[in-house]
Amino acid sequence: MIRSVFAVAAIALGVSVAVAQQDPIAARKALMKANGDQAKIGAAMIKGEAPFDLDKARKIFATFEDAAAKAPALFPDNSKTGGETAADPKIWQNMEDFKARLAKFGSDAKAASAQVTDLDSFKAAFGSIGKNDCGGCHEQYRIKKS
Amino acid sequence: MRRLMLAAAAIAAACVLLWFLTMPATVPASALPPHTPDLDNGRTMFDIGGCASCHATPNKDAAKVERTRLGGGLALKSPFGTFYAPNISPDPADGIGAWSEADFVTALWKGTSPRGRHLFPAFPYTSYARMQLADIRDLFAYLKTLPPVAGKARRHELAFPFNIRRLVGVWKLLFFHEGPYAADPALSAQINRGAYLVNGPGHCAECHSPRNFLGAIVESRRFAGGPAADGKGFVPNITPAGLGQGGADNAAWTAKDIATYLRDGMDPSGDFAGGAMAEVIRNTSQLGDADRAAIAAYIYSLPPRQGPKPPPKP
Repeated sequence: MIRSVFAVAAIALGVSVAVAQQDPIAARKALMKANGDQAKIGAAMIKGEAPFDLDKARKIFATFEDAAAKAPALFPDNSKTGGETAADPKIWQNMEDFKARLAKFGSDAKAASAQVTDLDSFKAAFGSIGKNDCGGCHEQYRIKKS
Repeated sequence: MRRLMLAAAAIAAACVLLWFLTMPATVPASALPPHTPDLDNGRTMFDIGGCASCHATPNKDAAKVERTRLGGGLALKSPFGTFYAPNISPDPADGIGAWSEADFVTALWKGTSPRGRHLFPAFPYTSYARMQLADIRDLFAYLKTLPPVAGKARRHELAFPFNIRRLVGVWKLLFFHEGPYAADPALSAQINRGAYLVNGPGHCAECHSPRNFLGAIVESRRFAGGPAADGKGFVPNITPAGLGQGGADNAAWTAKDIATYLRDGMDPSGDFAGGAMAEVIRNTSQLGDADRAAIAAYIYSLPPRQGPKPPPKP
């Protein structure tokens, strides 16, 4: 009995790992969604709709850093189409540039996390990442879908 | 026999009439009163007009494009073929350095080239025709201050019969309406300014509206979005029907959100503009706050219109 539970668990684990590997599109969308949710919190603080909170600011940058670390593995050759992806095929033609941008996104987020102390420094760091890292990469490599 | 001759004469007369009706129109130099150019305003027109987005010499990395080097060459894919944006730098041989002011006004107001031929409406004179004469002349003066860039862009690659320029004359009869924007006294000065910037130089509707099979904007669904002309993706509905439920999390846009977006590229859901809109924001981020607020106020005041259904959300 115990052995079969282990077997089922092992199979379930194996299947879920395989799903994660097979569905990089869903995985990278989840990362982007997490980034967007965090950016929204940042935007609210910048616009004065929410009070500045250093812990929240650091969590935003940590989320960005995490996404930048995980994203490079989520664009295998077999994930160019399907799943309503908004990824531009140019990504696969310029993979080096694409990965360099992700790396810069990660290091910028890390640096921002260390630098930010108050609302003003947050505005500067968040604004720069938004415009250059988020905006720059979306301009080059994302097809707007809606 | 006599009836046949009459019919032939009628057809010939119709052809002659059509020939005259489809002749490219021009603005003579004598129609331009004295004018002292305002270069600051010319630059504003350059930024809201988005000239650089199509005419700046392309670079693989969009962030490295020099917005003031207007050597042209960008490919614009369309259902009719591929257009290549021409060189509009002040180079006298390859750009517009040899153009007269009247030539320039003619191009924007009438869609006619200095050689007296129809320009293809991929150049959005359908919107630029709404511009005030003084703004066009200031823009021309500003363009003249930019660096000349040598080299002509490639020829357009269009499918027959769309490559016949004379047929653009027929298209103009059907879809092109001349005349600069006339302020509506019932609206505030700010909304009039926004309406002018959006419908004239800004030519927002050129992407944000569905088009018919001849590539003309469907006026009843102006600003209601539609499939991108280059076949890549979907352009959003920017009437309240789209902005009220747009973005992730169904965040409704306020006028302030629109102005912020045009400055920083961030939408109310925390997402950043991509693709062609990021290019537009490169231009609108250069404008003054008052102009961005005017654009936002006008867009916010549009009547809700349903557009083509966008693909499901990713």
